[in-house]
Amino acid sequence: MSVQPHPGLEINGFTLGEQLHKGGFATIWDVTHALYRTPMVMKVPTILDGYDGPTIVGFEVEQMIMPRLTGIHVPRVMGQGDFAVMPYIVTERIPGNSMFQYFKRAPRPVAEVIELAARMAEAVHDIHRQHVIHLDLKPDNFLQRPTGEMVLIDYGLSRHDQLPDLLAEEFTIPMGTFPYIAPEQYLRQRGDLRSDLYALGAMIYELATGKMPFGQPEKLSQVKQRLWRDPVPPRAIRPDIPEWLQEIILRALEVDPANRYQSAAQMIFDLAHPMQIRLTARGHKTQRDSALTVFNRWRKMRNLKAFAAPPSVAAQIERAPILLVAVDLSPEAEPLAQAIYLQIKRMLVNRPDARVACVNVIKTARLGIDPTTDDAGTNLHVARLVGLKTWAEGIDLTDDRLTYTILENTDPASAIIDHAEVTRVDHILMGARGHSSTRRFLGSVSAKVVAEAACSVTVIRLRDSGEPEAT
Amino acid sequence: MRLALLTDIHANREAFEAVLADLSQRQINRLVFLGDIVGYGPDPGWCIDQVESFVAKGAVCLRGNHDRAVGVADNILNPNARRVIDWTVNRLNARQKLFLSELPMTVRDGDTLFVHASANDPADWLYVTSESTARPSFLVCDARLIFCGHVHRNALYSCDRVGRISHLKVAAGQPMPLLQSRRWLGVIGSVGQPRDGSTLASYAILDRTRNELTFRRVGYDATTTARKSREAGLPEALAQRLMKGI
Repeated sequence: MSVQPHPGLEINGFTLGEQLHKGGFATIWDVTHALYRTPMVMKVPTILDGYDGPTIVGFEVEQMIMPRLTGIHVPRVMGQGDFAVMPYIVTERIPGNSMFQYFKRAPRPVAEVIELAARMAEAVHDIHRQHVIHLDLKPDNFLQRPTGEMVLIDYGLSRHDQLPDLLAEEFTIPMGTFPYIAPEQYLRQRGDLRSDLYALGAMIYELATGKMPFGQPEKLSQVKQRLWRDPVPPRAIRPDIPEWLQEIILRALEVDPANRYQSAAQMIFDLAHPMQIRLTARGHKTQRDSALTVFNRWRKMRNLKAFAAPPSVAAQIERAPILLVAVDLSPEAEPLAQAIYLQIKRMLVNRPDARVACVNVIKTARLGIDPTTDDAGTNLHVARLVGLKTWAEGIDLTDDRLTYTILENTDPASAIIDHAEVTRVDHILMGARGHSSTRRFLGSVSAKVVAEAACSVTVIRLRDSGEPEAT
Repeated sequence: MRLALLTDIHANREAFEAVLADLSQRQINRLVFLGDIVGYGPDPGWCIDQVESFVAKGAVCLRGNHDRAVGVADNILNPNARRVIDWTVNRLNARQKLFLSELPMTVRDGDTLFVHASANDPADWLYVTSESTARPSFLVCDARLIFCGHVHRNALYSCDRVGRISHLKVAAGQPMPLLQSRRWLGVIGSVGQPRDGSTLASYAILDRTRNELTFRRVGYDATTTARKSREAGLPEALAQRLMKGI
């Protein structure tokens, strides 16, 4: 590096202003450019004298990955510089502090924890969809836009699973930030998106309790302990944390990636539907596991070389989709509901980690006050919920991977489309009414969903023996 | 500026046509042929004519060991390859033979070097198949980017600032940034005789503006090529390997 950054330095049209931050591996500068009005920052790696391999390669990784990421959860790249003169990356400047400041004020009220957790998980899911695993998630690396979205920064340890892993050969020790890194990262595995979900779990734990689940280890041997030693259950620290939140946190912190959430979208789904989370021993737990349990785990884990890892980020997301099934529970639609039921069972054979959101829509009147009780006086909502659960009986999904939602809307298609959008559904499965006068007058719900939904839609239609429909 | 890098066409018309059709949809400004237009396959004349017409319009073409063998009767090729070259010689006209004989061994274009085999001794036709066989290419020149063929399998090597060579795995279809902080050696897979277990034809796109290399794979009608190969009386093993990508 022949040029050192300093205020007033001009390079490739960028002019450096004040230094905003000085970290261990890089400095951050305020920069301007005659052609851009966006506020920007420049990150310049601090290269030690001689050959500083890890810093250089980390910066190469960042230069390789960041320009490939798009969207609101990633800072936009405005320019890059080469090592020949001065290495740098210029990105848009996200106003405000990182979540590091915010985490200092933990524990936070539960409602706030959920809101932030969901926003962080959204950002993580967004980069996962773009084939990138961050692998160094911590409060310092989340910035929040004024509009609320989280922005993920610092991709120096990240992995793009369709590009070579430049870091693989650079390090012989595990990389990452000790309080947050997943057990498989300790084992030097860098290809599992569920490592990021573990770090999210550790961060939500910290937000909710004010403590880090594994303290602040300084030595690798202390990091290794998380392969067998479980953290203090959050409710033991702060009893007003609901059991379902503890369930979410401890599930994310499961040692074996196979027992965690299988995608960030699934975690977001639970954060959005807390009442539907099926509690397990994780949620009820009031103290750490017994010495004997921990000892047995230690015997099993101490010589473990690796956990089973997914073949790729895309394959993992594909394995664990969220399927929305819209079911019509009316008596005349029974054969159709049955056909949908068989179809969903077939789909689950190929996607063992899928979760299924069963949805039924109560069509409300456009005007006036809607009756929420039917003629017999039963609460319609409850009746539909029972009907939906009865329909789904026999869909064999362990854990809490089956949920039920009753929506109310004047327009059933809009209700399904909106719900799919909000819960990040990957695939909608629904039936199409056969030929009927109703459809002619009201239009087809499935046609509208197919046309307007942001995800894939499968429409099930029964072959009808009746007369062909007039078009 | 986008360059398409094609190599080891090996007289496979069907594969060559499929690659040309694919790259015609991808805003290519210039073609670079890294050698071995002929050999192994049943359509040498047609392939030379195509390449020649591209060269007339500004394309670059290098000489490969099979192209050389058309004019030199020595025994450096394996027996099957030599048999096909002897068959090929009788099917080429004087202009086509002249074209092959005048091809250059290397071409330097700014910071980029094109060559058929290993750059350290191009006429020795050495294979770049590992980090250790990639090293000499970086040592003999100061080009930041080196591209060769000859191996019939895609591979990408980098040489960092301390001279360490790394073999980097890149998925086909994924643009790989050729970071300015390193030097790069791209081994381009074969158009007409892929040998990595896939029957798909290979080529690569070098985007100069974005500084990215993308390996591409293209399906083609290998059955027809294999049939033509048998009808021409070429060795049976050559027809079979096209169907298996070996």
